[in-house]
Amino acid sequence: MKFIYQTWWKALAVLLIFSTLITGLLLPVPRLAILHETIRNLYFHVPMWMGMLSVFVISVVFSVMYLNTGKEEYDLASVECVNTGLLFYALGLVSGMLWAKYTWGEFWSGDPKQNSAAIAFLLYCAYLVLRNSIDEEQKRGKISAIYNIFAFPIMVVLIFVLPRMTDSLHPGNGGNPAFGKYDLDNGMRIAFYPAMAGWSLLAIWIATIRYRIRLIEYKRNSID
Amino acid sequence: MKRFFALLSLILCNIFTYAQQPSNVEMADTMRSSGKIYVVIGVICIVFIGLAIYLFSIDRRLKKIEKGN
Repeated sequence: MKFIYQTWWKALAVLLIFSTLITGLLLPVPRLAILHETIRNLYFHVPMWMGMLSVFVISVVFSVMYLNTGKEEYDLASVECVNTGLLFYALGLVSGMLWAKYTWGEFWSGDPKQNSAAIAFLLYCAYLVLRNSIDEEQKRGKISAIYNIFAFPIMVVLIFVLPRMTDSLHPGNGGNPAFGKYDLDNGMRIAFYPAMAGWSLLAIWIATIRYRIRLIEYKRNSID
Repeated sequence: MKRFFALLSLILCNIFTYAQQPSNVEMADTMRSSGKIYVVIGVICIVFIGLAIYLFSIDRRLKKIEKGN
């Protein structure tokens, strides 16, 4: 885990996102009814979910590693990844709500995508509540690691699979056009892929900062 | 690094080759033609640079504390 102390990938994250701030707003986009210029949200709203997904995947990996080795550090890394993921989760939800207000007419219209995203959000909130309600260190680590491993696939199904099988209004669901169709015949890739990579790296960066703080706290507490 | 920048400049070359698609769908063309969109981009860039510098400074402070422990 030497790389979390290195700077190059943090600078890369900033550079990638910075480039998409310019290209994402200036490059030509497909002219589509209803969406209009909000199609550019693809560069700013969707990467929030990508950032969330990245840290959640890392969190699951650390949970598995914790169950294998019983090292407390892995448990701390896992929980801090979830904490950071929930920040990006909230950003994705709120930015999506703002978009929905001006595209669907309501901040919250009970769309399948919105509803299942809310359920999955509560699922991860329950993880933190469960975790904080157990005092004993090893028990807490084990139970929360197992919960985390099961919560992840349920979250993926709720957010990315179920809304696609019903009549969701969200782009990409229920016969609505998704970005995949456009970025193949347009220049949207130039802004979209760096945005996905950049925001993922930024999410990981924030998670590593939280983990390092947590590690210092943990070492301090164990000395006392 | 040199090759990376060469690749980047080649990728960015095709930005200028896009032709306008004739269509009646309403876009923010007037804002763009009067140049105001650049103001928005400027504001967003300033905000993001500020946040990035802030994150880097947190990272540096954390490094100092870690060395002290």
